[in-house]
Amino acid sequence: MVVKVYGPIMAACPQRVMACLLEKDVEFEIVHVDLEAEEHKTSDFLLRQPFGQVPAIEDGDFKLFESRAIIRYYAAKYEERGPNLLGNSLEGRALVDQWLEVEAHNFNDLVYTLVLQLVVLPRMGKHGDVVLARSCEQKLEKVFDIYEQRLSNATYLAGDSFTLADLSHLPGIRYLVNDAGMGHLVAERKHVNAWWEAISNRSAWKKLMKLVNY
Amino acid sequence: MGIKVHGIALSTCTARVLLCLCEKGLDYEIVPVDIPNSAHKQQPYLSLNPFGQIPALEDGDVKVFESRAISKYLARKYKDTGVDLLGSSSLTESIIVDTWMEVESHQFNSPMQTIIRQMVVNPIFGIACDEKIIGAELEKLGKVLDVYEERLSKCKYLAGDFYSLADLHHIPHLVYFMRNPRSSIITSRPHDSCVGNEMKTLPSIDNNKYAIANSFAKNTADPKVEVSSDSLKNEVSYGLQFDLSQPGNDFLYMLLFLAKLVHASSGELFVH
Repeated sequence: MVVKVYGPIMAACPQRVMACLLEKDVEFEIVHVDLEAEEHKTSDFLLRQPFGQVPAIEDGDFKLFESRAIIRYYAAKYEERGPNLLGNSLEGRALVDQWLEVEAHNFNDLVYTLVLQLVVLPRMGKHGDVVLARSCEQKLEKVFDIYEQRLSNATYLAGDSFTLADLSHLPGIRYLVNDAGMGHLVAERKHVNAWWEAISNRSAWKKLMKLVNY
Repeated sequence: MGIKVHGIALSTCTARVLLCLCEKGLDYEIVPVDIPNSAHKQQPYLSLNPFGQIPALEDGDVKVFESRAISKYLARKYKDTGVDLLGSSSLTESIIVDTWMEVESHQFNSPMQTIIRQMVVNPIFGIACDEKIIGAELEKLGKVLDVYEERLSKCKYLAGDFYSLADLHHIPHLVYFMRNPRSSIITSRPHDSCVGNEMKTLPSIDNNKYAIANSFAKNTADPKVEVSSDSLKNEVSYGLQFDLSQPGNDFLYMLLFLAKLVHASSGELFVH
């Protein structure tokens, strides 16, 4: 039975899940959720995701939500298949968790706010708050400085190999670079740039880009 | 070389790690970080946490930052010590723990952190609370708590019928929040009242921890808090709505321990 991923294919959080499924070669189908029509707030959808957000998955009888929990699940379920996305040792796993937390708490909200103001709201015909976006950009400069320092000491965030910690950043950075005009955040930093080149050229991510039709 | 936690016990994020260590019965040392003088924003602290935030952990050669990553590391490394906080018996159980840890991280933490900053931290520094912000955040929190209420009407703890990190991660914020009259947002929801406060008997209680909580209570000036020797029933104030009829509950001791730390503080409070 094929895994069902509920959510629009364009949205960052479903993309996080799909990237992981592709890395692990897990077959899935996308069940589109119409966010503009507020389908994610209907009582049916709330049974899948009680906070009314995307994505949610259905894997046979098993249902799950929260993209970062879903990627941990599949990384663990298929640990022996494809790349090891979880870390090789206790310490390795701790570093993966650490940088996943960094993504969640120090990175994600800034990217979300900036992309909302500069990309999503204008696409909906509304005015974005440019001052707010600029403030997020300035904070992201500092965050990326820390990433630059980290990536000058390690090829990937958690060490020598690509893990969930790197994967979790893919959708957000793509939005920053391709849609929000923030490519300089990456390009101006030698090690961040090399890291982005490496992770965004992985075949799984490229497959997803094709699926989304970018 | 033992476990070192760099931070301040009163900080909710540092407390999250300390709680985990206490649940596991592990020895540790707190290495205080001089927050008022911005030690956390300078070297040498930055080499422990480049984002300049507390806490950071040193366990021998291993260094980890981000409180939720630290607690997971400890719970995993010491899986067989004390309570299993990760639901390790099956992938399904452990992933439900992960899910509700994500919920705490993404749904609960943000409004709660803002509310605590407004209601608890600002007054200490003589900054007025912004009622508009508090109102807005309480509304967001209310919607989140509705989901928790629904969840906890089906199972005793967030991840199922067992206490886990998913519950533990909420406790530091709750310790502060439950002392405020606005905690009615929780106490008015019967199942939420029990969350983190459910006094289910937990295995292998270390009586020393009980002694710590008790002596702390005795050593403070607050007459409202007493911990009786054979049961914790009815004697704890602070507006914490507990069912205290069951003795031997580790996380209550830790909750009391933290509550006493808060009460005993004189402006060293810091929530990052």
